[in-house]
Amino acid sequence: MANTSAQDAFVEFDHVQKSYDGETLVVKDLQLRIGKGEFLTMLGPSGSGKTTCLMMLAGFETATNGEIYLNRKPINNVAPHKRGIGMVFQNYALFPHMTVAENLAFPLQVRGLSKADQQAKVQRALDMVELSAMGGRRPAQLSGGQQQRVAVARALVFEPDLVLMDEPLGALDKQLREQMQYEIKHIHESLGVTVVYVTHDQSEALTMSDRIAVFNDGRIQQLSTPEALYERPENSFVAQFIGENNRIDGKIREIHGNACAVEIPGGLTVQATHVQGAGAGAPTTLSIRPERVLMSAGDQPVPGAIDGRIEELIYHGDHIRVRMSVAGNPNFVVKVTNRQGHQPLAEGSTVKVGWDPADCRALDPMSA
Amino acid sequence: MPEARTAAPLRTADGVPLKTALARAQRRAKWRAAGLVLPLLLFILASFVIPIGQMLFRSVSNDEFSSHMPHMVAWFAENGDAEPDDAAWEALVLDLRQAREDRTIGLIGTRVNYELSGTRSLFTSTARKAEDMEPPYREALLDADEDWADPELWGVMRRASSPYTDAFYLAAVDRTRDATGSVEMVDENRQVYVAIFWRTLVLSVTIALLCLLLGYPIAHLLATLPMRYSNLLMILVLLPFWTSLLVRTTSWMVLLQSQGVVNDVLVWIGIIGEDGRIQMMYNQAGTVIAMTHILLPFMILPLYSVMRTIPPSYARAARSLGATSWTTFRRIYLPQTVPGMGAGILLVFILAVGYYITPALVGGTTGTLISNLIAFHMQESHNWSLAAALAGILLAAVLLLYWLYDRLVGIDNMKLG
Repeated sequence: MANTSAQDAFVEFDHVQKSYDGETLVVKDLQLRIGKGEFLTMLGPSGSGKTTCLMMLAGFETATNGEIYLNRKPINNVAPHKRGIGMVFQNYALFPHMTVAENLAFPLQVRGLSKADQQAKVQRALDMVELSAMGGRRPAQLSGGQQQRVAVARALVFEPDLVLMDEPLGALDKQLREQMQYEIKHIHESLGVTVVYVTHDQSEALTMSDRIAVFNDGRIQQLSTPEALYERPENSFVAQFIGENNRIDGKIREIHGNACAVEIPGGLTVQATHVQGAGAGAPTTLSIRPERVLMSAGDQPVPGAIDGRIEELIYHGDHIRVRMSVAGNPNFVVKVTNRQGHQPLAEGSTVKVGWDPADCRALDPMSA
Repeated sequence: MPEARTAAPLRTADGVPLKTALARAQRRAKWRAAGLVLPLLLFILASFVIPIGQMLFRSVSNDEFSSHMPHMVAWFAENGDAEPDDAAWEALVLDLRQAREDRTIGLIGTRVNYELSGTRSLFTSTARKAEDMEPPYREALLDADEDWADPELWGVMRRASSPYTDAFYLAAVDRTRDATGSVEMVDENRQVYVAIFWRTLVLSVTIALLCLLLGYPIAHLLATLPMRYSNLLMILVLLPFWTSLLVRTTSWMVLLQSQGVVNDVLVWIGIIGEDGRIQMMYNQAGTVIAMTHILLPFMILPLYSVMRTIPPSYARAARSLGATSWTTFRRIYLPQTVPGMGAGILLVFILAVGYYITPALVGGTTGTLISNLIAFHMQESHNWSLAAALAGILLAAVLLLYWLYDRLVGIDNMKLG
């Protein structure tokens, strides 16, 4: 993973704020350093400020306060066309009145390259996205996936150090989207460019990124590797937004270093990992991933087991989703792997569920 | 696929050729569709195709002389270019008598008068005397008026004896036929139409280009502003549409005349002196200013409809690829608005070419257009055939431009909204 220490941050947002109407802040005090060659994804629901950040970096929006540095130079007052940043747009924005080759040659023409250089680079870019034979076609004559590749090629053809991608796969169907995720990832690895990628699709973010910045309400909620984000969410929003998550509201009883005891509805006390800064007596929301819940129907011991009633069984082939009522939460989901000899399950029966305290994180209380 | 074509035609399960079966299946729907279209089709036929056809027919029709002078027509048919002989003079007298009886002599005189002025009275006065004329008719007629010997008059009558003529079209382009029948220009002081056609063309092009220049930024603003502002602006653009044409034209007169608002303001702030008031009305300037204003919406609307469909991400993409804002406009935005520009220019030009009220009111003598002359011939001189010929030329010119546009831009690329 790229090094992101202060001195070699390639892109830096320094206390950036953005307001459109002078009354509300869309981006609140953003601090973000992106290393050279890194693939960083801005992930968040719509309206979370991620696209605004990208547009400020591209130069189409100006920061209301704070400074953005590119390669250690402030770029707030640099016009977009002088920033040398490649960009892939949500709907590709391929120029409809030009052929594919003309689209790719456009950034080279405006840079005053010779005709021969242009041709060589366009050809190389077309080869890279495996569309060598399509140079003479109009964008409208290409399929969605092909247009997408042309858009990527166009953003890379003038060899920028930084490429921005604004939900580039949003318009593709699921299968094509997955294929393009790998292609973009491979291009990133082979060229070593820095990529800032915006999406609201968490699986896209998890598979492609070096690091993910989860945006909500104009702030970065958590900035970590995909693995850390999924395994160790730092607040309820991240736990809820990334992957599937079971919640149990409770109150902290005692804290022992990293661990804590939490009282849950029904008067029981369970062990969890203490994450938020709150002390004993504070309300908390426990977060457990469905695949980390242990279940025992009979006498098998489960640590800290509590009772759960099976409400519904949903067959998924490789696994079975079990919806249960646990500690007052009627939507507590457990994934049971469909392997030979797994325990028999029946709707309406009561079983013991439990978890390793390391898998259960006591986060900030979630009101909703 | 060539294989499919050489194979036997496909048949339905019953053995009926597929094409026949398809036509049968669709027949009901076709008839129903035709029934719905029929009223409009009839309306267009009655209100457009027939009148235009009649107008075009009138521009070549020539029956005032030929239908009322049967003996002359017969003589000309037999003798062609020959000098008038006794039979000819007799035929003339017989026809004059009959025409006086039928009260059609005025029509005949007027028709000949179109090509040879001063002859209307010749016909009416001679016809009065024709009743008492006796052979030899040549002497009798020359006795009544010397002008009957004029070979030019006989040339005009010969041409008028055919039911069809090109005389009105020739007149519409300042040309006429001399006694021998060859085409020549009319006298210099009577050449009007070509100059006015040319002026109509130049002014219409000027107006169309001015509309484009003024309308382009407005249309762009309309297409890019947030909805609540653009709606307000759209109302401002359309407001003139809902105001009477006459009111708009006369308000320009109030503004532009030499004692008008614009001149008053210029004098007041001292840019021009009291005696240096600018003549902006009753000349070409007046026509151009008022018509540009009136036709502006016809440019803005097609432009707007095209610009609205161009997503702002194109401009952003171009900028991110390194293009300056000027290059972005020239290479990316402008080419995509060509269909709207073409439609707007064509629309404004075609409307301007046929415009009547505004040039009539503010054009003065140097700012009148061909439509004003057409109206003159319809209402004042009652030479409907010449009016029809002028209109026919105008129609042909517009169709020619339309064809040119189709060849250059492609009519499929035109977007009217």
